[in-house]
Amino acid sequence: MPETLNSAPMTDTDKIEKKVFLNAPRSKVWRAIADSQQFGEWFRVKFEEPFKEGATIFGRITNPGYENVKLEMVVEKVQPESYFSYRWHPYGVDKTRDYSAEPMTLIEFMLEEVNGGTNLTIVESGFDGIPLDRRAEAFRMNNNGWSGQLKNIERYVTGT
Amino acid sequence: MSRGRSSAAVKLSEAAPVFAALGDETRVGLLTRLSTDGPLSTTHLSKGTGVTRQAITKHLRTLGRAGLVRDRQRGRETIWELEPKRLEKARRYLDQISSEWDAAIGRLKAFVEEESN
Repeated sequence: MPETLNSAPMTDTDKIEKKVFLNAPRSKVWRAIADSQQFGEWFRVKFEEPFKEGATIFGRITNPGYENVKLEMVVEKVQPESYFSYRWHPYGVDKTRDYSAEPMTLIEFMLEEVNGGTNLTIVESGFDGIPLDRRAEAFRMNNNGWSGQLKNIERYVTGT
Repeated sequence: MSRGRSSAAVKLSEAAPVFAALGDETRVGLLTRLSTDGPLSTTHLSKGTGVTRQAITKHLRTLGRAGLVRDRQRGRETIWELEPKRLEKARRYLDQISSEWDAAIGRLKAFVEEESN
């Protein structure tokens, strides 16, 4: 239908951008993102090490359905309380496949203090560099695994 | 957990050329025009693009091979129109990844806001 063409994902297949207001101090939000243990709490992944600029960190997913799937993250930039970025293989959940030679997407977290809370922007970019069959794979994984998660959105996220 | 090779997987491999077809500004522009102005001739679509008619025809054929548009002859003119179902599939790919982020952000929100209390 015509209107679907004008939506953002249609004209930009390379990136996803999310903005959310969090009713919590910036320092707290920062810890939730830049502290690998806290990150793991909400992202549902268990890390053994802290995040460090330039380091490759391995974790294990704890999200139901994907338990023990290995996650590899290359931390790019850490600017306290304002910017955190890393790279990973999006949907690298097929244990039989070696993703190491494939390009990664870049994930950026940007924090901004506002009205006693925090504006958080998350950008994942680089999808155009991901092999086409992998994108199809990601789509399949999503289709099977994430449709139920959609219902959580309304419960938690407001006004987006 | 069942994530075997379902019929969904077959549909998805089908969707792959769609992403390639969309990875170009001119082609996305052509789709946008077809979506807002309806079926148009090659001549019409070439106007004001700054790209030659031959190049536009090539782009349209690429979109056609990906199943995003279809063409028919009207006299000496080729008329192009959208194949909406196909576009829907491509759009859903990012929508799905996007929804994963929504879920994760929802959990982050709960995590930082609960602890504030």
